[in-house]
Amino acid sequence: MRKSNQKPVTRNQKKKKINKSQVENLIFSRPRSMRDVEMHYCAGCGHGLVHRLICETIDELGIRERTIGVAPVGCAVIAYDYWDFDVTEAAHGRTPAVATGIKRVRPESIVFSYQGDGDLAAIGTAEIIHTANRGENITVIFVNNGVYGMTGGQMAPTTLAGQVTDTTVEGRNLKRDGYPLKILEMMAVLPGAKYLERTSVHSPQEVLRTKRAIKKAFQTQIDNRGFSMVEVLAMCPTYWGMSPIKSADRIKNEVSTFYPIGVVKSY
Amino acid sequence: MAKIKIDEIRCKGCYLCITSCPQGLIKVSDRLNIKGTKPARFKGGKCTGCSMCAIICPDCIIQVYR
Repeated sequence: MRKSNQKPVTRNQKKKKINKSQVENLIFSRPRSMRDVEMHYCAGCGHGLVHRLICETIDELGIRERTIGVAPVGCAVIAYDYWDFDVTEAAHGRTPAVATGIKRVRPESIVFSYQGDGDLAAIGTAEIIHTANRGENITVIFVNNGVYGMTGGQMAPTTLAGQVTDTTVEGRNLKRDGYPLKILEMMAVLPGAKYLERTSVHSPQEVLRTKRAIKKAFQTQIDNRGFSMVEVLAMCPTYWGMSPIKSADRIKNEVSTFYPIGVVKSY
Repeated sequence: MAKIKIDEIRCKGCYLCITSCPQGLIKVSDRLNIKGTKPARFKGGKCTGCSMCAIICPDCIIQVYR
């Protein structure tokens, strides 16, 4: 039997000498509320960036324990596998309705919905407009890449004029397919919507601006001001048929000229 | 001296970090990873630790030390 005052023998008994000039500080890594798993998104997809920015915002605001996210249908359908806080799933386009229910039952929670353009601007247009019109105190993160990603690259309502997709092989014809939908400008007239901003993720500077916008949207909800929404212009290199670097250039040169980046409405 | 670590197994090869590095210290690797893509690789050199590569990385696989 070992005596109680006897210290257990360990391998590294000697203290290591630490040279102060060699000490390295980790200044950037994965946020704590993001799981350490590999994401299923294509190379250069904007979804992974927006996932990370939401996690960083939640960590910085210290609201991880009371945050409830609502995942959409679309490419980000299994976002709950990547976020390490409470997330639920909603039927296609009904994410704001589910978020409304959660927020009304648990008003102390921070509720946000994460949606793509097929989810928010096509099948869920009624839900998003009425949620904003009621002035529900939730936050919506809208990732706009201009195509239906999960189903194979068909035309979305937000597809630009002349853009080639699987269902518009000669480019979007405005006479046949109608005009691209500017959701934020449409919602700016609603008195219930308090904070609306459009940003992009095509360069590090724009990513940082997106993070500030997401943080302000969450702060709007924490301050009980009302409905807040951030539209993020994201890349879809696979269905735009170009490399990730060219996709980033396309957002800068083409997409952001039609969808102007900036604050659309602020309290 | 600052440096970055890229998780080359998880890198999908979008190379957005290569275009965003102001010093041009990231290159395309010569070897394939398990996905069959050539990952981005840190060449070494005068890294300032500005974190631009890590900020733009869509898969969050770059760690920055300073």
